[in-house]
Amino acid sequence: MTALTQSQFFQQLKKYYTFYTGGFISFVIVLAILEQMGLPSKWIGYIFLAATIALYAGIGIMSKTADVSEYYVAGRRVPAIFNGMATGADWMSAASFIGMAGTLYLTGYDGLAFVMGWTGGYVLVALFLAPYLRKFGQFTIPDFLGTRYGGNLPRTIGVVAAIICSFVYVVAQIYGVGIITARLTGIEFQYGVFVGLAGILVCSFLGGMRAVTWTQVAQYIILIIAYMVPVVWLSVTHTGNPIPQIAYGQVLKEVTAKEKELNDPATTLGAAEASVRALHKEKQLATEAKMKALEEAIAAGNADAIVGEARAKLEGELAELKAAPEPNGTKIDAKEKEIADLTGADALMAKLKKAADGAKKAAGPVPAHAAAFSGKGAEKKLLKDNPNATEAEIAAAKAEDEKASNEKRRNFMALVLCLMVGTASLPHILMRYYTTPSVREARKSVFWSLFFIFLLYFTAPALAVLVKSEVYNNLVGSSFASLPAWVANWAAVDPTLMKIADLNKDGLVQLAEITIGGDLIVLATPEITGLPYVVSGMVAAGGLAAALSTADGLLLTIANALSHDVYYKMIDPKASTVRRLAISKGLLLVVALFAAYTASLKPGDIMFLVGAAFSLAASAFFPALVLGVFWKRANYFGAVLGMLTGLGVCMFYMYNTYEFFGGVAANEWFAIKPIAGGVFGMPAGFLGVIIGSLLSRAPSREIQELVDHVRYPNLEGDIKAQAS
Amino acid sequence: MQLSEKHQEYWRKNLRLTAVLLAIWFVVTFVVIYFAPQLNNIIIMGFPFAFYMGAQGALIIYVLIIWYYAHAMNKMDKEYGVHEGDE
Repeated sequence: MTALTQSQFFQQLKKYYTFYTGGFISFVIVLAILEQMGLPSKWIGYIFLAATIALYAGIGIMSKTADVSEYYVAGRRVPAIFNGMATGADWMSAASFIGMAGTLYLTGYDGLAFVMGWTGGYVLVALFLAPYLRKFGQFTIPDFLGTRYGGNLPRTIGVVAAIICSFVYVVAQIYGVGIITARLTGIEFQYGVFVGLAGILVCSFLGGMRAVTWTQVAQYIILIIAYMVPVVWLSVTHTGNPIPQIAYGQVLKEVTAKEKELNDPATTLGAAEASVRALHKEKQLATEAKMKALEEAIAAGNADAIVGEARAKLEGELAELKAAPEPNGTKIDAKEKEIADLTGADALMAKLKKAADGAKKAAGPVPAHAAAFSGKGAEKKLLKDNPNATEAEIAAAKAEDEKASNEKRRNFMALVLCLMVGTASLPHILMRYYTTPSVREARKSVFWSLFFIFLLYFTAPALAVLVKSEVYNNLVGSSFASLPAWVANWAAVDPTLMKIADLNKDGLVQLAEITIGGDLIVLATPEITGLPYVVSGMVAAGGLAAALSTADGLLLTIANALSHDVYYKMIDPKASTVRRLAISKGLLLVVALFAAYTASLKPGDIMFLVGAAFSLAASAFFPALVLGVFWKRANYFGAVLGMLTGLGVCMFYMYNTYEFFGGVAANEWFAIKPIAGGVFGMPAGFLGVIIGSLLSRAPSREIQELVDHVRYPNLEGDIKAQAS
Repeated sequence: MQLSEKHQEYWRKNLRLTAVLLAIWFVVTFVVIYFAPQLNNIIIMGFPFAFYMGAQGALIIYVLIIWYYAHAMNKMDKEYGVHEGDE
């Protein structure tokens, strides 16, 4: 292939991937026909899993390489549009694919922080990083830090930060792969993790970046088709308009009107809701009483009796589940986990608090989907409880509402900033811009990256609203005797995603009687719209593609940081090519196994850790990377100080405010949640670089020339920095 | 090597363009979020404005910002003779 010119190469790629897309669509059609002829859905799941993994493996094996530049940066000839697709797949994880629409369904406007944060970051990538990193043209992000600032220390800090951020992220991906594999085939989660691991390794092990790039393009095509088909169909059946992004404006209006009706006890629907909410309120009060009793028992030193009682109750329920005529594996597992989690009085207290909070939320009115930063509703409540409230009381309630609203707004903005800057600092994304043939292509490639990501992200809010409308109009008010099929199915399969019970015994469904888990939205859409099972299988395959592609990019980042930056650059700069690649592949295997092992332990706070990775990356990398290009005066001491203070402040803040590490919310500054700790780490990092640089000597002439070299795509008489 | 006046102008222009585009990015993101409760009273095509911006409008503008930057810089490279050779 090396003999081809760039444009011939491009034409060939276009041909391959068009053919591939056609092949995938035919494959789905054939499966759909087989389904009509009676192929059981379990088999469809197996075929999807086996066929897609075999496909990725095939591309991985075809792309195997023994060339250093091919292994690390795919030979630097990935055309902008294909690099864009690969970056899209690299970027969109299982959380984006399955979780995003669900988050939007559950939180409305407040969930948009993720939509904006995870797209707007590419503006920063385009303006501040991608073209300059491409011109620099090495292999990894620590490479840039090491060369620009000199010495091993900036490189080492970069390696450590890259590994911290990427590792928690890759564990979450492998976890996602385990869940999807389990859902697709019915095998157990623990084994699902290792099946997924095999899928990940076949892509990256033999061919490094080259194999990962070409599989990621293939994975992007699958994931975008899988995401779009059900949404478009939902939009057609629901509104008659095949463009969901336009159609849902009208639907949103209807949803908002329905929310008002549900919150108004004067209407029939509203009155029924109010009766269910009263039951939730009762439950909340009862649970809070239990918490109080437990607290007193803890103080008196005899909490064990209460915990024992709670455990005995759970064990009774477990026995009942097991004795059922058709035991439900998911429910039994969930109950067993519940018993295992009940380790003592603290665990029981946490569980009660969660139950009380849940009941409190269910007892409240339906929040309006599009409303931004709504307050606590203190004023409304006051006027309802006490119509003759004094002006001072009303003012106090108003102030309380405003405070809550301001806090929400502040956190929203901080989170958006951290997600954006974090996006522009995550090494597995930045690394992709080393693979384009030129600076010009790198700039175009950021455009294509965001364009391909945008396709999914601007569809997710539409999906959330369409499903909400479906629930409000077709589920609420229907009779328990004739629930829609998808509701009954999911409630039976997975109670964490769909729980529905006739609390007020009126035989009709009220909104407050339904509990929906976020992941349900994407997973159940094909069934809601009445599409055949093959589409559900395709959606699961899309989720798998999203998780696998992200995991591949991350694993490669970690393994490359260790093999290239630590081993080759610091330990043995004279190592032969064969040895470098052997070390790299060995490390990849070790890291992958370790990550899969960590994921199989089901760490509870995985979602928090993923969010934290953005804050950490933003604090550690962004100041040193950007000032490295835009401020010639930035030097070794500044970079070291900046990266350490940025990372330090961010970690300190999370440690002090997040429960998992033993922190308490009272330690928060300006009531900013720990996940957005980067909002303090980043400025600290910038200050660190600036102060540190000004306190020490300006960087050498060679370094300043390197900065010029990076700033201009082509300079006559220029130095050469690019590694071949 | 010594940079010519022309080279320095290229870099100044780049900085100016970067600053302008960054300002647009800032306004469509943070200014809109800050005034979201008020802006939501404006309804366009059924969408409350701030909701629309967060869900779609800002995203479209981000894509356009990046497209414009790539387009303008690739053109400017040629004007200032710092473009790369054709492959």
